[in-house]
Amino acid sequence: MSLPAAVSRIGETILSVEGVSLAFGGVKALSEVTFDVREGEVRAIIGPNGAGKSSMLNVINGVYHPQQGTVQFKGETRRKVNPHHAAAQGIARTFQNIALFKGMTVLDNIMTGRSLKMRASLLEQALYLGRNRREELEHRTKVEEIIDFLQIEHVRKTPVGRLPYGLQKRVELARALAAEPVLLLLDEPMAGMNVEEKQDMCRFILDVNDEFGTTIVLIEHDMGVVMDISDRIVVLDYGRKIADGYPAEIRSNQAVIDAYLGVAH
Amino acid sequence: MNTTLRPAQAADTFPKLLLDHARVRPYETCMREKDLGIWQAWTWAQVADEVRAFALGLGTLGFARGENLAVIGDNRPQLYWAMAAAQCLGGVPVPLYQDAVAEEMIYILDDADVRIAVVEDQEQVDKLLEIKERLPRLEHIVYEDPRGMRHYTQPFLHRYSELQERGRSLHRDFPAMFDAEIGKGQESDLAVMLYTSGTTGKPKGVCHTHRALIVAARGGCEFDKLGPRDEILSYLPMAWVGDNLFSYAEALVAGFTINCPESGDTVMTDMREIGPTFYFAPPRVFENLLTQLTIRMEDASRIKRWLFTYFLGVARRCGAEILDRRPDVSAKDRLLYAFGNLLVYAPLRNVLGMSRIRVAYTAGAAIGPDLFRFYRSIGINLKQLYGSTETCAYVCLQPDGQIKLDSVGLPAPGVEVKIGDNGEVLVKSLAMLQEYYKRPEATAEVFDEQGYFRTGDAGFFDPDGHLKIIDRAKDVGRLVNGAVFAPNYIENKLKFFPYIKEAVAFGHDRNMVCAFINLDLGAVGNWAERRGIPYSGYTDLAAKPEVYQLIQECVEQVNSELAADPMVADSQVHRFLVLHKELDPDDDELTRTRKVRRGFIAEKYAVLVDALYSGKSSCFIETEVKFEDGRKGKISADVKICDTKVLPAPHPKDTARQVRKEAAHA
Repeated sequence: MSLPAAVSRIGETILSVEGVSLAFGGVKALSEVTFDVREGEVRAIIGPNGAGKSSMLNVINGVYHPQQGTVQFKGETRRKVNPHHAAAQGIARTFQNIALFKGMTVLDNIMTGRSLKMRASLLEQALYLGRNRREELEHRTKVEEIIDFLQIEHVRKTPVGRLPYGLQKRVELARALAAEPVLLLLDEPMAGMNVEEKQDMCRFILDVNDEFGTTIVLIEHDMGVVMDISDRIVVLDYGRKIADGYPAEIRSNQAVIDAYLGVAH
Repeated sequence: MNTTLRPAQAADTFPKLLLDHARVRPYETCMREKDLGIWQAWTWAQVADEVRAFALGLGTLGFARGENLAVIGDNRPQLYWAMAAAQCLGGVPVPLYQDAVAEEMIYILDDADVRIAVVEDQEQVDKLLEIKERLPRLEHIVYEDPRGMRHYTQPFLHRYSELQERGRSLHRDFPAMFDAEIGKGQESDLAVMLYTSGTTGKPKGVCHTHRALIVAARGGCEFDKLGPRDEILSYLPMAWVGDNLFSYAEALVAGFTINCPESGDTVMTDMREIGPTFYFAPPRVFENLLTQLTIRMEDASRIKRWLFTYFLGVARRCGAEILDRRPDVSAKDRLLYAFGNLLVYAPLRNVLGMSRIRVAYTAGAAIGPDLFRFYRSIGINLKQLYGSTETCAYVCLQPDGQIKLDSVGLPAPGVEVKIGDNGEVLVKSLAMLQEYYKRPEATAEVFDEQGYFRTGDAGFFDPDGHLKIIDRAKDVGRLVNGAVFAPNYIENKLKFFPYIKEAVAFGHDRNMVCAFINLDLGAVGNWAERRGIPYSGYTDLAAKPEVYQLIQECVEQVNSELAADPMVADSQVHRFLVLHKELDPDDDELTRTRKVRRGFIAEKYAVLVDALYSGKSSCFIETEVKFEDGRKGKISADVKICDTKVLPAPHPKDTARQVRKEAAHA
């Protein structure tokens, strides 16, 4: 990635995590983690198993509430949010183990991503009346754009449960995109994929970032992928931040090498 | 149909045909494309308008008469417009195979002196950027789909719609310019240049005039009574002569509607939605459809399976005869067939998207008689035709009602066909190439003294005057005992089994026939799953003893069929092996139209061929493979070799004599 293009894309800080600590009973998942995410960047969180990466994402979108510290999103500090509020604010996410409705078609699954944007009343929806009709068409258009964007036209009407793993991951990304998020959290978007699927996914993540200007925070284990697509990287180990910086810096950071990169696992 | 066609009869170039249609029935649908899940339609008037805008836009890039325009991408209306636009300005569109890798494109772009290329999307732009430095003549690239193109700032990149805007404003200032350009066009001008697949040596640019393509298209349309009400699904590569004839030339002559699918993967669904009346597919597509059908039927409930098997039996007995309106079908069979139609055939046709098909053609390779008969027996009017890039895919056609499973039909109207002394099929017609681009010696070579085109195919006429093609003339070989060895014939028989995707037969100058087999991963994978046989991938599956046994049964069945026919009884397959990797065009083992490159394969896998003939029971091999992204990897395996049961040939000596006699006759 050429630097000038990257610089122009990235704006002010959109999310800042200040001294967040999270414990489950005696287990400290996160301790005093501080980092920020700038608008339009691809930010990676890496670390060995159990380092607290997923917990961090869960704190950001309000599933867990930290015992200490604050999360500031779009200039607004919050102590307690629930996932519903986070979604309304423009935070969407995908999950480490796919959380789609297996029996529903790809199209319907992505449609659920639009539910926050639906304004029509239950009655209108049930009878497909006035406002709902108009809305439904709008939503469908948006969803079709995403389907086109992620190239899943051929499975539009297929129940998700019948799709191969790589495609399910893509559908999950599609659903998250349907909410037109400002901030997209991706929890291991490439886990369990083969080389070709990984390449496709990388392409899509970069395209999303580029076309929609969506800010992306992702957790990923594949170092090649992380170094290639992220602008900046946070490294966690045992719930503490041990490094933070550009891929080149992380690659040569001794603490990171000791904790993670240098150790075969 | 005739009344609406008449105005177009006078037009002698494609642009004139387009304008005629736009004038005679401006509001009828000319093209459709599925975009964002919805079929978008353009009328003839709209298409003429879009073509004009793009043509004038091309003019602003300095596109000159006689210049070649590269067109690369999937079947998109905009790319068809680009072809028409080039023709409007007296230029020649050169469609390229969209899945070719950049390296393969260099040769054609260079050979065709391409200065401007119109491409579909970022993927194709990236390919061209990669090789642009090595193509000094390439000046402009026009892309249709702006997705992902925002950060491309090169001044030589142009967006399709922007070029059209320029064309539109030019038209406002000089409204007579476009018609004047079209007026300059003559039927003897070149209309299109298509590159041969390069099975033999470097690809050659085949130049066709407007006259040649229009003659072929008019002949074809009259032969099958195609009119403005027909619908075609255009999904085959635009670089292929068939698409040029059926989706472009015939559509412009007859005025029917072209439908472009959403993407290559959605063809099946799109076909069901459109329900084309006129359909063309190479045999492998029909093969794949049947394979998928077989797989899905295996998963169906027992009652459905029974119905399917029973009524397919009925169809096999009398379906094709009923379609041909033969009188010799019993009343009982007719009744059963009517039931079958209600319960099985009609739903089946619906699933295949073939409910409305009046005429379906297949060509490009020989189709297995059983496969062919299957489609006809369920009421689909599938016919064969014979032709090549050089002959505008217009040489022989099967007339309705006179379908023979193993022939390609009668010579088409206006085409003269004869058999040369060496058994080669020779053709003379107006629908014939003008020349090979910049290759006068190749052009001279391909015509004989009397001006007949040498097709390179070996064939003969049967007593009813139908042409039968057995193989490429140069591929037909002889076994050591003198018996004819037509590899394609054997391979096609093998490939009819849903489990076998590709086969390569060897036997020329050998004492027996041996074969490489490529599994159909879908069908065999499903078969293995149902039997609880675990496998990790193609290579693993190919080595399973159970799979070998399955394939052995297939091969032995082919042997028993071959043994029944004295002509080919000596060609029974004595030994075979299942290849450890799938044959792939990216590894040059298949052509882009997926024909096996037998010579190349024999060379690449010489170790395995030797093992087949030396009596070994297994052989180790390591092969380099190219992945889609251009990286390379290695696959190695211990390939087992299996002997098969061979039935005694009826009278080997008589056979050889008979063959020689027949060859002499022909």
